[in-house]
Amino acid sequence: MTIMNRTDPLVLGIETSCDETGIGIVRGTTLLSNTIASSMDEHARYGGVVPEIAARAHLDELVPAINAAIAEAGIRLHDLDAIAVTCGPGLSGALMVGVGAAKALAVALDKPIYAVNHLVGHVGADLLHRSIPTSRTDTSDAVPLEYPTIALLVSGGHTSLLLVRDLVSDVELLGETIDDAAGEAFDKVARLLSLPYPGGPQIDRVAADGNPKAIRFPRGLSQPKDMAAHRYDFSFSGLKTSVARFVEQRQDAGEPVPTADVAASFREAVVDILLTKALAACADYGVPRLLLGGGVIANQRLRQIATERTDAAGIALRIPPLSLCTDNGAMIAALGAQLIMAGSEPSTLEFGADSTLPVDQIQV
Amino acid sequence: MLLAIDTSAGTSVAVVDLTRGVIAERGEADTMRHAEIVGPFILECLREADIAPAALSGVVGGMGPGPFTGLRVGIASARVFALGAGKPLVPVISHDAIAYGHYRRGHSGPLVVVTDARRREIYWSAYSQADAVGLPVRVGVPGLAKPAELDDPTWLHALWPRIDAATVAAGDLGLVAELSFAHHRPFAANAPLYLRSPDVTLSNGPKRVSR
Ligand SMILES: [Zn+2]
Repeated sequence: MTIMNRTDPLVLGIETSCDETGIGIVRGTTLLSNTIASSMDEHARYGGVVPEIAARAHLDELVPAINAAIAEAGIRLHDLDAIAVTCGPGLSGALMVGVGAAKALAVALDKPIYAVNHLVGHVGADLLHRSIPTSRTDTSDAVPLEYPTIALLVSGGHTSLLLVRDLVSDVELLGETIDDAAGEAFDKVARLLSLPYPGGPQIDRVAADGNPKAIRFPRGLSQPKDMAAHRYDFSFSGLKTSVARFVEQRQDAGEPVPTADVAASFREAVVDILLTKALAACADYGVPRLLLGGGVIANQRLRQIATERTDAAGIALRIPPLSLCTDNGAMIAALGAQLIMAGSEPSTLEFGADSTLPVDQIQV
Repeated sequence: MLLAIDTSAGTSVAVVDLTRGVIAERGEADTMRHAEIVGPFILECLREADIAPAALSGVVGGMGPGPFTGLRVGIASARVFALGAGKPLVPVISHDAIAYGHYRRGHSGPLVVVTDARRREIYWSAYSQADAVGLPVRVGVPGLAKPAELDDPTWLHALWPRIDAATVAAGDLGLVAELSFAHHRPFAANAPLYLRSPDVTLSNGPKRVSR
């Protein structure tokens, strides 16, 4: 195998854990390409991600996405130092497409392969340098990620709270959803309100005209009795049921459903519980840093309240640009590059796709 | 030399050559470990054949028919290996490899190839014979059927000898590609043969939660 550049490795990352086919290329901490092909439109008529449709799309999109990424990065495949690939957690059939492809690419190019954890990848996204800051909170050009940090990762596939002491060696799961992911809750409530998929942007749009205090929806797992066993866990199914019951009561009474107020109040409940638990973790562990990741971070209200509450608590907030928050291959390449720079040995070729890969398994 | 990869049943990888035949081959009938073993199999076959990816003339991918999840692993591997090695992808229908192997071992005349499609269904292809160069002549499309449909005496190929195959040999897949290339026959389309739509049901809107 070729000698690897461990100081500034050129890494191609492959991400196929859900409905985005992501190919990213980084050199060390510098982003060279973040190519994403999404099958989201194909899932719209079903109101959620259909695993088989996602997996078929990955197979169709992989080669075009790799070609687009190397063209954008201005490299040849033979220039690469290593391949990185998401091996879990995620949809098993979707993951397997990326895993099979990544192994084939590694053997074809005679390059080492790094099988990495999708959730830790979301944290790794924050390490990438970009030439232009994309938002006020996008501080990654100025300040490297400091440890430890609390990371709140929220998408349609996961809702997890992590304590990251070191990206490549020490990531602890503090809590996660015990039922729906937050993004799923947005999709389901959008359907209750007859709004299209994906629900997040639709709820955001409709909620802009609503009163977030109009209806007091429940905050899951926030009662004192929940705090022992589920202090950092999330639950959104009760919230969704509560919204459904409210909507049905109005419909049964022949009254109009106050869509804007329902959307705003629902969104407020989700944002509140996410940030309350995340800030509790910061306080409990004495960690003055919070990193956000995952597609739900696109939510305007979540970003706004996160900024307000972290400012008030003296906590440094980091939000990677949205293109690096949603699932993407650049974050996988970034994590692979971090592992290489930290001296980690490559994965052996025998690893499989693990749909429930625990977050403390950073590399497989 | 060609690298051939098939995961339409178990996992099989081979390096073949028109004159030397099957040079290296690895197979595993387990249908649950495609993603794990496809990489090691490719590496082992290349090493045993002592050939570098750059020295191959192409990469053969078995396009099925096959159950979705496994089939995709091999096609993704073949496509991306071809991209990485800078070689053409040669798509071949997996049933053709089964038929070719059967004719090569001495069978003559009509043949129906049957593989497991899961969910109490089967994939089938019908062949009339091997032609002058040994390639199977497919006369019935790869199809999806209930087992009873093939047992029905009125079915077109009901009286033809039938082989139920649990594995596809990548060596045979590769040799079908070599012979097809040598004799200017067309290759298959570069598209997976799922022969089934993704199972999804359109919901009739949200279910009531209150009585
Ligand atoms: Zn994700």
